[in-house]
Amino acid sequence: VENVRLLDRLSSRKAAVGTLYLTATHVIFVENGSETRKETWVLHSQISSIEKQATTATGCPLLIRCKNFQVIQLVIPQERDCHDIYISLIRLARPVKYEELYCFSFNPKLDKEEREQGWKLVDLNEEYNRMGIPNNCWQISDVNRDYGVCDSYPTEVYVPKSVTAHIIVGSSKFRSRRRFPALSYYCKDNNASICRSSQPLSGFSARCLEDEQMLQAIRKANPGSDFLYVVDTRPKLNAMANRAAGKGYENEDNYSNIKFQFIGIENIHVMRNSLQKMLEVCELKSPSMSDFLWGLENSGWLKHIKAIMDAGIFIAKAVAEEGVSVLVHCSDGWDRTAQVCSVASLLLDPYYRTMKGFMVLIEKDWVSFGHKFNHRYGNLDGDPKEISPVIDQFIECVWQLMEQFPCAFEFNERFLIHIQHHIYSCQFGNFLCNSQKERRELKIQERTYSLWAHMWKNRADYLNPLYRSDHSQTQGTLHPQMAPCNFLYKFWSGMYNRFEKGLHPRQSVTDYLMAVKEETQQLEEELEVLGERLANLQKSQLNNNKVKSKQQDRSKQFGLSTSNNSLANTPQEYSNDLKSFPSRSPSQEDEDSALILTQDNLKSSDPDLSANSDQESGVEDLSCRSPSGGGCLPSEDSGKDSDEAVFLAV
Amino acid sequence: MMRSSQPLTGTNGRRCKEDEKLINATLRPGKRGYIIDTRSLNVAQQARAKGGGFEQEVHYPQWRRIHKCIERFNILQESLIKLVEACNDQSHNMDRWLSKLEASNWLTHIKEILTAACLAAQCIDREGASVLVHGTEGTDSTLQVTSLAQIILDPRCRTIRGFESLVVREWLQAGHPFQQRCAQSAYSNSKQKWEAPVFLLFLDCVWQILRQFPCSFEFNEQFLIMLFEHAYASQFGTFLGNNENERFKLKLPQKTMSLWSWVNRSEELSKFQNPLFEANSLVIWPSVAPQSLQLWEGVFLRWNRPSKFLDEAHEEMINIINYN
Repeated sequence: VENVRLLDRLSSRKAAVGTLYLTATHVIFVENGSETRKETWVLHSQISSIEKQATTATGCPLLIRCKNFQVIQLVIPQERDCHDIYISLIRLARPVKYEELYCFSFNPKLDKEEREQGWKLVDLNEEYNRMGIPNNCWQISDVNRDYGVCDSYPTEVYVPKSVTAHIIVGSSKFRSRRRFPALSYYCKDNNASICRSSQPLSGFSARCLEDEQMLQAIRKANPGSDFLYVVDTRPKLNAMANRAAGKGYENEDNYSNIKFQFIGIENIHVMRNSLQKMLEVCELKSPSMSDFLWGLENSGWLKHIKAIMDAGIFIAKAVAEEGVSVLVHCSDGWDRTAQVCSVASLLLDPYYRTMKGFMVLIEKDWVSFGHKFNHRYGNLDGDPKEISPVIDQFIECVWQLMEQFPCAFEFNERFLIHIQHHIYSCQFGNFLCNSQKERRELKIQERTYSLWAHMWKNRADYLNPLYRSDHSQTQGTLHPQMAPCNFLYKFWSGMYNRFEKGLHPRQSVTDYLMAVKEETQQLEEELEVLGERLANLQKSQLNNNKVKSKQQDRSKQFGLSTSNNSLANTPQEYSNDLKSFPSRSPSQEDEDSALILTQDNLKSSDPDLSANSDQESGVEDLSCRSPSGGGCLPSEDSGKDSDEAVFLAV
Repeated sequence: MMRSSQPLTGTNGRRCKEDEKLINATLRPGKRGYIIDTRSLNVAQQARAKGGGFEQEVHYPQWRRIHKCIERFNILQESLIKLVEACNDQSHNMDRWLSKLEASNWLTHIKEILTAACLAAQCIDREGASVLVHGTEGTDSTLQVTSLAQIILDPRCRTIRGFESLVVREWLQAGHPFQQRCAQSAYSNSKQKWEAPVFLLFLDCVWQILRQFPCSFEFNEQFLIMLFEHAYASQFGTFLGNNENERFKLKLPQKTMSLWSWVNRSEELSKFQNPLFEANSLVIWPSVAPQSLQLWEGVFLRWNRPSKFLDEAHEEMINIINYN
């Protein structure tokens, strides 16, 4: 459709006019006229909702909201076209079959072996070995090898050595969705473990011998402690209500030597609404400070983040300080349980704070243990009540921890944001379906590519310059301050206002430090080379050699050039009173809307670039610079970028 | 950019040809000027009843007046008290924290002040227009606006010496009444009539800009915190008294040491330098969106949270740069 306008939602800057394309996998807006042919790409998978607004004199507005929090406002000249686009997008954004998803057509031009290797990058058996398993207390069980015991669990589960197949099967029949207690994390220093399950089908008085034996076995697998914590991450009322439905929680009288604890994290519906409210705040046009803070508080979002974190801290403390094992569950053991186990693991084990370790953590506690990616993140069109930002919350917990412990993580904010992006993008096969069983049935590994291999290739973009494996923050357990600490939880504008680059610090400390480190490394290499040469010279006793040293203007090389006026700057709109001003000062270049990427700003890791090598997407004459899958880089990159969102101040 | 106090227009609409001549003399040929009044229109109008007022269009035809309200200094003091209370609230309840923060209005003031300063800077940079800033007395919000505008516009003000000169010029020489404003801070048993964290708000605004442009300032956060402390209590005479006249009468230059003479010693200065600094010639425009403004933890949460991990990060940063 031609003559479509793309509005900059936050400023009164002139809209870009161009052509809108709909392909099998993307919506693409190509701006007219400009030499660079700026393009905005949005993956259908990323589309969360489409809103057709009332037709005005200028045309028919269409608002596209994405799961990665990008919001795109188009104005279509003809109402009929707008309607067609609307209907098409609704259909395209709600695929019915997996084969419609981008990962099945995405082609990064790797051969079969490379694809396979990519999937092998994360190996969970290796991970359990790293933990020290199998050992004399824990072993692998293949009781679920055909998914016969629990279809949402992996084929390989780790259980106490004393547990027989009979016990496992018996316990699974007493657990919601048959998700029996299984090992999530083992601490070899003190034999304490974190196990996970779903709620017991105890009702008011039901018992199950095998389930009780299972818990006893878990407790005994830790000889250093005479009791086991059982942590129910639900609010007490909800758990009690479940009893009426024949489910519930463990009765301390029935299970020997357990200490039961409610933690009180709200359910997926509460979380969905919480995010919705927070996003409404983000969409406010020139909010006052009060609007913002009230809105944020009203959403309750940070309160929920803190609740998840507190649960993780409790479990980490139990394991590290008390040396006590913990069994964690919620209702079905695939949402809050996953969040809390992975936060606890992250606090306990510095390995999970490395890039590779983090990938392993997600594969372990989220992918293999049957977190319902399809239902939660809407790969396919489904029940809107199943949608919930569960893994988003976990990712935010990690970010909050990174803010408190800047040296403790090998990866940076961009790493987290790109992972979140790809959970929704369906460009890779890692986060499809609801269980390992479904993924194997669909032969995901033979038909799609692994995100981890892709990110690993680009790991230079994801490094935290402040990380040192021998730093004190990277040894042992992290101890976040518990109280008072409400003020430690900040609003993550890098994620929720990801595409409004004017909001973020305009110079990136991370990028600057990475550039310095890269230069240092180059200098060290040069030094070595020169040292060798010098040694050779001294040996051969030649006199007339000149040694050139490269002059590196750090700033120019790494794009931090400060003589470049387009760096980082345009004024925001500070007042309605100054409408008469020209929109830019003569000394500064014309800037693009926040949605457009120019080549200089793209990092090779950017989700958008990766999709461009795909020739099969059906759109002609794409330059390799074209972004796809959603717009801009997160704030990390804005040091080089002159794009801004513009604000009307009060 | 000029600063003054309010014109004494009064209820009779008095005019003063000399005043008009003076400010018209700053107009560039063919360009008009902007008067930024840091009071709301209402307050400015009400001021007439007490003999004050604002410049009337008919007498200052080449000037366009904009009202950019910044709260009166006594309101700012209440704000500080509430904020400090909120920060020291020991309850674990997340909800109360955000609403207490909001109720203090501190960040709202930051937003107001920064917005006004950005506006002043925009007039100068974008339109090449002359600007006159005033509130009531010209000793509080006026100075916040003029000094922040210079930080935005002039890279020299972002160097250590440049910033020191800025403080001397726009705060000390301009007659900000430090003695009255920085006597008791947030904790005092009785209600202080003249107490107000005007200078602290200014430093907070500088910190906000520093956070948004971490490579554009020669000094670091510690420098700003140091200045904050010395404004309230100091072994140096720099921030004593309410204006030059008083300092002269008190013979401060003879009887006390200057803060700058100590700060500028290389061994002291090294603590206040920003390792990320790369001099640039840019005009830097901060974002005043709520998401871009943060609570200055280094000052307000300084004693309630461990700084160990952040200090280690800072050290690591310095190591990386020094090693290079």
